[in-house]
Amino acid sequence: MLGLDAPTAGDATVNGKHYRDHAAPSHEVGALLEARSVHPGRSAFNHLSCLAQTHGIPWRRVDELIDLVGLHDVAHKRAGQFSLGMGQRLGIATALLGDPSTLILDEPVNGLDPEGIHWIRNLLKSLAEEGRTVFVSSHLMSEMALTAEQVIVIGRGRLITDISVDEFVRQASGKVVHVRSPRAAELRALLEAPGITVSVEDGRGLLEVTGLTAAQIGDTASEAGIAIHELTPLQASLEDAFMTLTREELEYKPLVPVADKDEVAA
Amino acid sequence: MSSASATTSLPRLPHTGRVTQARVFHSEWTKLRSVRSTRWSLLAAVGFTIGIAAIACAVVSHHWPHLSAADRADFHPLEPNLAGVQLAQLAIGVLGVLVITAEYSTGMIRASMTAVPRRLPVLWGKVVVYGLVTLVLMIPSTLIAFVVGESIFSGRRINVAFTDPGVARAVVGAGLYLTVVGLFGLGLGAIVRNTAGGIATFAGIMFVLPPLMNVLPPSWNDAASPYLPLAAGEAIMSTTSGNHLSPWVGLGLLCAYAAAALAIASVLLLRRDT
Repeated sequence: MLGLDAPTAGDATVNGKHYRDHAAPSHEVGALLEARSVHPGRSAFNHLSCLAQTHGIPWRRVDELIDLVGLHDVAHKRAGQFSLGMGQRLGIATALLGDPSTLILDEPVNGLDPEGIHWIRNLLKSLAEEGRTVFVSSHLMSEMALTAEQVIVIGRGRLITDISVDEFVRQASGKVVHVRSPRAAELRALLEAPGITVSVEDGRGLLEVTGLTAAQIGDTASEAGIAIHELTPLQASLEDAFMTLTREELEYKPLVPVADKDEVAA
Repeated sequence: MSSASATTSLPRLPHTGRVTQARVFHSEWTKLRSVRSTRWSLLAAVGFTIGIAAIACAVVSHHWPHLSAADRADFHPLEPNLAGVQLAQLAIGVLGVLVITAEYSTGMIRASMTAVPRRLPVLWGKVVVYGLVTLVLMIPSTLIAFVVGESIFSGRRINVAFTDPGVARAVVGAGLYLTVVGLFGLGLGAIVRNTAGGIATFAGIMFVLPPLMNVLPPSWNDAASPYLPLAAGEAIMSTTSGNHLSPWVGLGLLCAYAAAALAIASVLLLRRDT
């Protein structure tokens, strides 16, 4: 997308133009590619300054961003001495330098401490609320569940899905229902059918039903006059949803290993 | 680390900036001056140019009474006076390689090319900024070396004046020569994109190739050797007639080598993935 690597096929445009054709590309897209895209002998201040100067961005902006990412005390130290988390903060400052309308952040929480993760989560949300598009790629499903609104899954270079997180989770959920009944054995006999599996979860009447909705199970039980003590559709986590989706993908092309990367736009 | 002061709202910035070559010059100047290797290499180049001139001239001056008449006849005061250029060119050439290969080895190139996706302004920025910096430093250095060396020689009355034939051309030419050597290194570094490989290529072409020419038949060697980058460029500092090109043709040929390296580097920069 940024024109760093030539595509084997196809074309990518940003706001209607190739990235390289924008007069001021840093105002369009800010990218965190790898945290270590920094000369280790250069200070954070000079690193940001030399990139800002290509767009005539004033040095006050560099100072503002150093304060924003919390590198004020180390701004004039050599970046090679930075911890992983500090390098990550510098990378985020680099992405935000031009006040871009679109952000592309690769694994932004990498190396951040818990407080830093909390900070980046809030920062990403506030950036999205300001009307920016924020692409975040991550392998941490739990993190994505907290920040993302839209999920894009790309596997082996192909777009697998592009839907909202709620929809994504809903699609994977609702297929498994927990039922607890004092007459579990009778209920089980009634429910079992081709394509529907019922397993006994514990010795106290808990069944796990796959392939029926909670409503269908409830209706069946009611018609047979069987009392039900619990009827719980299981809510899948984003991670479960992701695993379900990629498992389905695997079934199509079982010989190719899945090198998945999911991208979530908040 | 002072993450406690981190806030979560990004101040807005008026979108008035657009990438221009002048702004990229400014950016490249910041890059060049903000790393230590620049300071050390340039300090070494200035130190070699002046220091070795002073030492070489002092040694010759000391031994002057013991030299034979033939040795005295062969002697030209500019030779010891410009001896430091031999070492200075190594520092300048290696820094030229580093100016571009350090971007690749550190990953900085991805940030640079994201900010300036048209890519070529970055290379031109480096060429102009590094060329001007070496020119501004090395011409005064060769002039100072000349003043120091000739004042040592004046005690023996074997000094030459700046206005003597060929002297100004050789002294100022030494500074020009060092600048072009630096740009040749920059061009080779931009082609190879790897620090060790770039330095090896530069040193190989400049310093290993000339002695290797001795394996050729003498007539071939004599015909080809003056056209190698080192011999061609050094013609600008020559004080004797010999098997070399005329001074400005020689320096012009070295400029052509540097221009060719930079032209190949430009094409590759646009075509290769970063």
